[in-house]
Amino acid sequence: MSKYSEILFRPVFKENPIALQMLGICSALAVTSKLYPTLIMCVALTVTVSLSNFFISMIRNITPSNIRIIVQMTIISSLVILVDQALKAYDYETSKTLSVFVGLIITNCIVMGRAEAFAMQNPPGVSFLDGFGNGLGYSVILIILGTIRELFGTGTILEYEIFPLVQNGGWYVPNNFFLLPPVSFILIGLIIWALRAWQKDQIEEPEFKMSQNSPEIVPNPPPTPSSKAAS
Amino acid sequence: MPKINKDSTLNITFVGIGLCLLCSAIISFIAIQLRSVQENNVVLDMQKKIVSSAGLEKVYGSVENAMSNIKTLIIDLDKGEIVDINPDSYELAKELREDGKYKFLSAEEDVASIKKREKYSKIYIEYKDNEINTLILPVRGYGLWGILYGYLAIEGDFNTVAGLEFYEHKETPGLGAEIDNPKWKALWKGKKIYQENGEVSLKVIKGSVLETSNNFSYEIDGLSGATLTCNGVSNLIAYWMGNDGFLNFINNLQKIDV
Repeated sequence: MSKYSEILFRPVFKENPIALQMLGICSALAVTSKLYPTLIMCVALTVTVSLSNFFISMIRNITPSNIRIIVQMTIISSLVILVDQALKAYDYETSKTLSVFVGLIITNCIVMGRAEAFAMQNPPGVSFLDGFGNGLGYSVILIILGTIRELFGTGTILEYEIFPLVQNGGWYVPNNFFLLPPVSFILIGLIIWALRAWQKDQIEEPEFKMSQNSPEIVPNPPPTPSSKAAS
Repeated sequence: MPKINKDSTLNITFVGIGLCLLCSAIISFIAIQLRSVQENNVVLDMQKKIVSSAGLEKVYGSVENAMSNIKTLIIDLDKGEIVDINPDSYELAKELREDGKYKFLSAEEDVASIKKREKYSKIYIEYKDNEINTLILPVRGYGLWGILYGYLAIEGDFNTVAGLEFYEHKETPGLGAEIDNPKWKALWKGKKIYQENGEVSLKVIKGSVLETSNNFSYEIDGLSGATLTCNGVSNLIAYWMGNDGFLNFINNLQKIDV
């Protein structure tokens, strides 16, 4: 049993698709300015990645390796179209807000990444759990972003007023910066910082080391006439 | 299960074709099942835009209540008369495709840069105590990136603006797309369209309108960084409120009872 809960919960904090694998950043920037569309996006992605993992894993033994990427894409895009159609039918307002980003789940690296890395090697049941876990990992980060951005950007959470705005006679001046996509970069950076302070093994080996700024290590270039003149 | 060679050409063909057929069948089935619900959503959404262009959802409490007080009519734009066509079968995109149902506009006529103008237009009238309270007219014109589609609501004096709402446009978010900003839309309410001599004077200017200005009731604050979009909005007002647009109909309305 612990093996299954490990598969389900490892992607939430230990191997978070956004914070550790740096996948799916694009939609994390685009859809999180309000919490409600964020939640819908999380559901849409979680459904897609779980089911696509399940179906891809189901046919993994007959999938020819030459066309496996095409097979995966066919399944993923079919599922995304279904999710998009369902959203248009049952939550039209949100589907207009999310516009292309639901369709762009097709190109979300989390879905393709899990299909290729996990579902192609594992049976359907655990693949479904893995997909669901990764969807949860994505959702956790998006919900944090959506809550912070909506709260500071418009003073509300799920349209419910938390900070009364100055326009309505309150005290809070909304910070419009929080409604712009770049703020997500900063927030994701802070989340990664916090996560790695807690889970030390996520810290990566630096690819480059800053050389020490001392005369012993840096070879001295011979002084040129101009630099002499400057000094 | 016998071991199959999954990389054989036969299997590649089989899996490829089979998967595509299966997926397309499922998608088609679901899409057809959901179509009526989706179309209904589009209609409801359009009604919401129509009602909110005049701010009527607040007056009546809900979109459905407002719609029950609104009559949909098809009018002939050139003659300015109501024609007996079922409004439900009317679709603007279809009108602009069928020969004889639209006319090409010459460069001088085409103030709003829309190239073609339909012969018939679908308009909405809200009645209160059997009198016309609001007239909601479809307007469109070129902005910066594409055509802006919207509804202009006019009060019963056929001169005072009740509101403006765009339902489709491709303007830049944060700049031109601020035409959707409720604060900016609120500026329209109460502005006048026609000057005493009948000229269309309502327009969006650059910068803010001064309260002391002579044209205070004919001018709307411009959106900064969106000059071309604002010009587009001014142009579409000038076109649709003019002779080629709804002016004939408005003049007739003052004479006849609808």
